[in-house]
Amino acid sequence: MDTFLQQLVNGLTAGSVYAVVALGYTMVYGIIQLINFAHGEVVMIGAMVAFTVINALAPGGLPPLVVVLVGTACAIPVCMLVGYSMERLAYRPLRSAPRLAPLITAIGVSILLQHLAMLVWSRNVLAFPQIIDNTSYTLGGASITNVQIAIIAVCVALMGGLALLVYRTQLGTAMRATAQNPQVAGLMGVDVNRVIAATFVIGAALGAVAGVLYGTYYGVAQYTMGSILGLKAFSAAVLGGIGNIPGAMLGGVLLGLVEALGAGYIGDLTDLCAYGWIADLMGEQCDGGHFILFGSNYQDVFAFLVLILVLVFRPSGLLGERVGDRA
Amino acid sequence: MNDMKLGIALIAAAVALAGCGEQKPAAKAEAKPAAPSVLEVKIGHVGPLTGGIAHLGKDNENGARLAVEEANAARTRIDGKEVKFTFVAEDDQADPKTGTTVAQKLVDAKVAGVVGHLNSGTSIPASPIYNQAGIPVISGSATNPKLTEQGFKTQFRVVGRDDQQGPAIASYLATTKKPKLVAVIDDATAYGEGIANEVEKTLKAASIKVLPREKGTDKTTDWKAVLTKLRGRRPDAVFYGGMDATGGPLLKQGRELGIKAVFSFGDGACTDEMTKLAGAAAEGLLCSQAGIPPQAADKRFLEAYKKRFNVDPILYAPFTYDAANLLIAAMQKANSADPRRYLTELRRIDFTGATGKIAFDEKGDRKDAEMTIFTMKGGKLGPIAIVKGGKTMTYDEFIKGMK
Repeated sequence: MDTFLQQLVNGLTAGSVYAVVALGYTMVYGIIQLINFAHGEVVMIGAMVAFTVINALAPGGLPPLVVVLVGTACAIPVCMLVGYSMERLAYRPLRSAPRLAPLITAIGVSILLQHLAMLVWSRNVLAFPQIIDNTSYTLGGASITNVQIAIIAVCVALMGGLALLVYRTQLGTAMRATAQNPQVAGLMGVDVNRVIAATFVIGAALGAVAGVLYGTYYGVAQYTMGSILGLKAFSAAVLGGIGNIPGAMLGGVLLGLVEALGAGYIGDLTDLCAYGWIADLMGEQCDGGHFILFGSNYQDVFAFLVLILVLVFRPSGLLGERVGDRA
Repeated sequence: MNDMKLGIALIAAAVALAGCGEQKPAAKAEAKPAAPSVLEVKIGHVGPLTGGIAHLGKDNENGARLAVEEANAARTRIDGKEVKFTFVAEDDQADPKTGTTVAQKLVDAKVAGVVGHLNSGTSIPASPIYNQAGIPVISGSATNPKLTEQGFKTQFRVVGRDDQQGPAIASYLATTKKPKLVAVIDDATAYGEGIANEVEKTLKAASIKVLPREKGTDKTTDWKAVLTKLRGRRPDAVFYGGMDATGGPLLKQGRELGIKAVFSFGDGACTDEMTKLAGAAAEGLLCSQAGIPPQAADKRFLEAYKKRFNVDPILYAPFTYDAANLLIAAMQKANSADPRRYLTELRRIDFTGATGKIAFDEKGDRKDAEMTIFTMKGGKLGPIAIVKGGKTMTYDEFIKGMK
């Protein structure tokens, strides 16, 4: 039971980071039906910028929390700039092109950003300075650290803030109008280009925070970290229903939980020697031993398994009814 | 006639070389005119002298160079003739392709023996070239088992193999920490799985229970699921076969989850980088490296090295020093610098060098090669024990034995 609870806590932490990254995918898709495959790279750049700043400030003797906040504060504008230029230079010229063209451009932007980051920050795995002291709290048998609590809290706050922005402000109304029909929104006086740019910039800012959270949680950053994180967040967005903001949040958290529980129990479930009749068949190989078919290194598979299952059985995702008429 | 010309050129080169050195006896030897009784012997060295690990290449080269210079200063005699050793240093840039080019260059220059290469990645492709030419080659730093598994009679190494590391760290764990239950994790690479298998085998032989193997990949940063599962089984020790980039997060997350077990690693994660990656959690980790730390080498060697090069040896210099001395000692025993004749002596040599006693097994690996166990204390890795031939002694005992 302790183990199960702990896996839930682990999954919740990872899942809330996925959710924040997934928001970036889903917002952009919702508004221009583009899957921005370069979003994972924006998250990576956020982590890298924060790494540089934190590394420079860490020996300065400032309180650790201030150092991390300054790092985040530097990462956000850089990522916003990256997000804006990406939209302005790579996607806007292709807005009326067939949908495949911007998709390919997105992959190109992703490769470009990855290699730029490689030139700036080298190929090495960078170690995030461990300046925040980890304090563990025990919660009904599961331990949760102050960093984990902070990550979950920040992610919930970001999601809440975004929901307020989208449903309560003028910009949010304009975004929703553009998502429903750009032409009509334009006729109603909405500056469509500005709204789309704003969507990219907000998504990139969320990505920057997610990058910092990811970096401080796992303690490492590398120029390739964005691709797998991006694909998982994309799967989360599809699971929740791409284009749907609450869906991305739900999808992210669910994906984190599926991953943690899957990786935690797949080894036991696929231990052939645990099943009487197979153990008999295996004979000697099982003598007091184990024969594990799929180990916990299959952790990353779960995200994509979920992606495939959703696409086959419920292509519109869990909360994504509205996607149907658009696709 | 040609031989004469070559001889003169060699002597000129040797004079130039000795001129670089500050050692007086060598210069004195040079002052003598080339008498017909002087035998010219070339010894090659290969290591990266450019690129990211150029400093290690230079360190290796210095070790071998010191041995050659000392042999010249001591006026070594072979077959009644005084020998003039010439040191030919080449740069393989740690690149496998350049490694083979440079090996061919040394073969064409008719060197009597080679010390090198530094990397396993360059040593392995170069080894067939030396083998075909029948030239003995001794590496002081290549630890990949494959190097001596190719069946080449000319290939030797004076440093331990990667697959001796697993048994070393496992036997250290078993004897000093006395765990009842150990969890073994690997990163599903050839290196990680290999060392983890060796550890498991050694632990089981010591009748210690080992949990079913857990796996990650060489890119895993999220170990929480695996570690949570392990926490429920309460192991006394954890071994991870993998690199520091994944081992650091593993250790950090393990401590975050409140796992109190001893964490141990192979040389892939036996780096100072672990402090950065795992922070305070790195304290107390155990890890192993092939060979002995340079400061544990023979004191006389350390002093001579410092005097000659004005720096302390960095890593493998004591081993390349021994490798060059082994070549020279085998030549003296065989009373010939002809590779075909001294090779048999080299194969059955019994020699005490700066890194201790050296003898080779039939594959060309060093018998009872030492492995060093390190621990992290105050953010720095320090040696605590030496494992040799299945026996563990503390680092202090070992140092005393060397003196």
